Amino acid sequence: MDSQAINDLKKLLGADAVLHRPEELLLYEYDGSVEIARPNCVVFPRATPDVVGIVQIANRYDVPIVGRGAGTGLSGGALAREGGILVVFSRMNQILEIDIENQRATVQPGLVNLDLSVAVAHAGLHFAPDPSSQRASTIGGNVSENSGGPHTLAYGVTTNHVLSLEVVLPTGELVRLGSPALDSPGYDLDGLFVGSEGTLGLVTEITVKLTRNPEAVKTLLAIFDTVDDATETVVEITARGITPAACEMLDGWTIRAVEAYVHAGFPVDCAAVLLLEVDGLREAVEQHADDVADVCRLHHAREVRVARDETERALLWKGRKNAFGAVGRLSPTYYVQDGVIPRTKLPDTLRRINEIGKRNGFEIGNIFHAGDGNLHPIILFDAREDEQFRRAVATADEIIGFCIEMGGSITGEHGVGMEKDRLMPLLFNEDELNLMRRVRDAFNPAGLLNPGKIFPTTKGCGEIHVRPLPAMGASRA
Amino acid sequence: MSTASATVGSRLADIVGSQHVITDPVHLTAFAIDGKTPSVAVRPQSSAEIAGVVKFAAKEQLAIVTTGARTKLGIGQPPRQYDIALDTTRLDRVVAYDPGDLTLSVEAGIPLHKLGGILAEHHQFLPLGVPYQSQTTIGGTIASGVDSPLRQLYGTARDYLLGMEFVTGEGIVAKSGGRVVKNVTGYDIHKLMIGALGTLGVITRVNFKTFPTPASSRAFIATFQTVERACGMRNRVLRSPLAPMTLELFSPGVADLFSSEAAARIEPNPMPENVISATRWTFTAGFCGNENTLKRYEADLREMANECGAVDAAVLVSPQIAPAFARKREFVPIALSSSPATTILKICVLPMKMSEILKSAGQAAETNHLRWVAMARGVGVIYFAMLPTERSDETKRHSAQAADQILAACAALGGHATVPWCLTEWKDVLKVWGLPRPDFAQMQKLKTVFDPHAVLSPGRFAGGI
Repeated sequence: MDSQAINDLKKLLGADAVLHRPEELLLYEYDGSVEIARPNCVVFPRATPDVVGIVQIANRYDVPIVGRGAGTGLSGGALAREGGILVVFSRMNQILEIDIENQRATVQPGLVNLDLSVAVAHAGLHFAPDPSSQRASTIGGNVSENSGGPHTLAYGVTTNHVLSLEVVLPTGELVRLGSPALDSPGYDLDGLFVGSEGTLGLVTEITVKLTRNPEAVKTLLAIFDTVDDATETVVEITARGITPAACEMLDGWTIRAVEAYVHAGFPVDCAAVLLLEVDGLREAVEQHADDVADVCRLHHAREVRVARDETERALLWKGRKNAFGAVGRLSPTYYVQDGVIPRTKLPDTLRRINEIGKRNGFEIGNIFHAGDGNLHPIILFDAREDEQFRRAVATADEIIGFCIEMGGSITGEHGVGMEKDRLMPLLFNEDELNLMRRVRDAFNPAGLLNPGKIFPTTKGCGEIHVRPLPAMGASRA
Repeated sequence: MSTASATVGSRLADIVGSQHVITDPVHLTAFAIDGKTPSVAVRPQSSAEIAGVVKFAAKEQLAIVTTGARTKLGIGQPPRQYDIALDTTRLDRVVAYDPGDLTLSVEAGIPLHKLGGILAEHHQFLPLGVPYQSQTTIGGTIASGVDSPLRQLYGTARDYLLGMEFVTGEGIVAKSGGRVVKNVTGYDIHKLMIGALGTLGVITRVNFKTFPTPASSRAFIATFQTVERACGMRNRVLRSPLAPMTLELFSPGVADLFSSEAAARIEPNPMPENVISATRWTFTAGFCGNENTLKRYEADLREMANECGAVDAAVLVSPQIAPAFARKREFVPIALSSSPATTILKICVLPMKMSEILKSAGQAAETNHLRWVAMARGVGVIYFAMLPTERSDETKRHSAQAADQILAACAALGGHATVPWCLTEWKDVLKVWGLPRPDFAQMQKLKTVFDPHAVLSPGRFAGGI
């Protein structure tokens, strides 16, 4: 990248807001996925005009530009795949307005997800999307990826909670989409931009809905001796029309990893647990908890525990939300998939994942949002061995292939990014991909913003194959 | 019939079959929009046939308007050009319904009531309590963006629409989203089609999440002397842990409207007595759950109504609920048939601004000598109908003045308003799409992507799209 561009950025933002030495960039070549890509420089805007200025400089020097929050993403969405300027929003982390009465908040993109819920807790409100990364991940990142989380089963994903966005387009244009009042006239631009994985614009302000905390919550832990019993339970809960606030499954392998780390109180000798939560009015919660427990017992739950107080409840959730951290202690690198299947197909799919893993020589852990059929099989591998890495990816691809066969999707909440772009042709034909490319090009005409994401980079990628190892010459070690 | 339209008709017959091409001018009047009648109507049966029709139209520079039950064609600006009516009612199949998974995939032309029947067999439903319920198709419901009282609890279609198949203005059959309940694969193009009046694509198939039908529901009614107090009740309820299914406020004039002959024509079951006050503001909330939950709602709502200064309060149980709900659902058609020159504004404000905008809107109508009624949803969406006693130049001028004042008042409160329903002849002075918005320029970019030759409903949408 032109050193004059770096100088311009320093002039705009101050020297302390621009990193460009190789050792400074190291941290920014990763996110939460297995992908690696090194930017040429990293910048930290403090306000919207900074972002406009950065985009203008990127245009002047014709360099790519990529937005990034906390870098917890799981698909390489916030990595500078083709180098260029990485715009990190950590200094734009203010809550601009809280409107308790109207249950709205306007925030900057770098605000950490949980910080918003903490800030409105006194009023009995929270921000509903709760990705497991919510202690670190930013709302801007959540918007880009349309993040989910355990409680999105009942409360919806990020897009269901966003009302208005201020966006800097890759052309440098500043636009406001949607409005804090509902049903903004015209096309649903918010709906398009949320989940567009940072390919249409850099979001600089977000107005969200706040959700009232439920009056009563019951958290249940159902313990099973077979995975089949646990998955059959989920099928029946869904079919009976019971919508828990959350319905998470952890298999025995994951439980043992979690217990070694968090001591959440999951029984290490079982095959699977379901972590179920029901919430709402006291009168309704009592009955729903009983209904859920009945279904669990009908499907041979060994035990159904109900958290007795907030401490017990918090501990169970700590186990769930730290599961990936726990897995990280077992292996320096692991590969998490994010396929979605119709919920009726859970038992078949879990059996198939197990079989695929065995055949490829991997033990696959499963921890996932069972209630909405969003799987997260975890494949541990040693990144130093290229062959093992290739095999892990091939195994993951086989699992995804099965999800699609079941009528599912390749990603439920992690995004396509640079990790699943080559899988897109499995779901969309060339016409459909071209239509989406044209939508991108309408807002991102020069392709400067987050290039190399979502769309397969090579044509004719009609079958699953092992993808080339990460570009950018970076090593995975 | 002109020679040109005969040629067009025969070319289209090659695509959809001659028995599905209508060229008889008498029959074509049924497809008229704002006084414009197309030269031909076609009734394709598949997305492939639709793609054929669209490609043909694009090549011949003809304009298409997609229709279903034709109940909401008056929404939007008159089409700039209108050659072909594309009737989707033969696309009426359920493609897939998996009750165990609570997911559904249907073709766009299926009537909503028929779909309701299929879902009811499995004790499920779609929370689309939209107007023209007994006629409207699912495609028309989505394309027109109409809402439902049930949005208070279930949100709008965008919250439970999982995916879609559509045909672009270039005749490309494409899909977006999928059939699973959680999915972030690719852009959410299907969301763009909601409320787009068919200007970006012809919707051919929609996938939804379905919901279990509540076992039991009731409605609470309370009346208040002033709009402030009625809004105070709304605020009180939504600050509580209660989560009602519906929440609406009705202005005093609605009682007459709902017991009118016009209402009886649209919803034959009579309105329960004394439900909506003729002189006061009425608050209504529907709620559901088990017996204990219902009792809790009743007790809490009565207490809140007392605190908020209600004049009286009552609880409706089945079978009173259905006819009352139906009127609420059919507010728009009832209001449209209650005056020779109804104008209905859709006003959206932050919930706490409801009382203020209702007062301003009422004043604007009264200053202009117009009778008015309002239905205000708890989420901050208000249907405000002005009902002149006659259709004249004077009432036109008055309606336009009142609407302009309301639009301005709404903007001053940080909200927005549009005029989805009014007489065709009044569209030259009423701001159908409200005040210009800065994001219209971004919308134009999308139109260029999806319909570069402006084949689909040209001119009907916001910003002249």
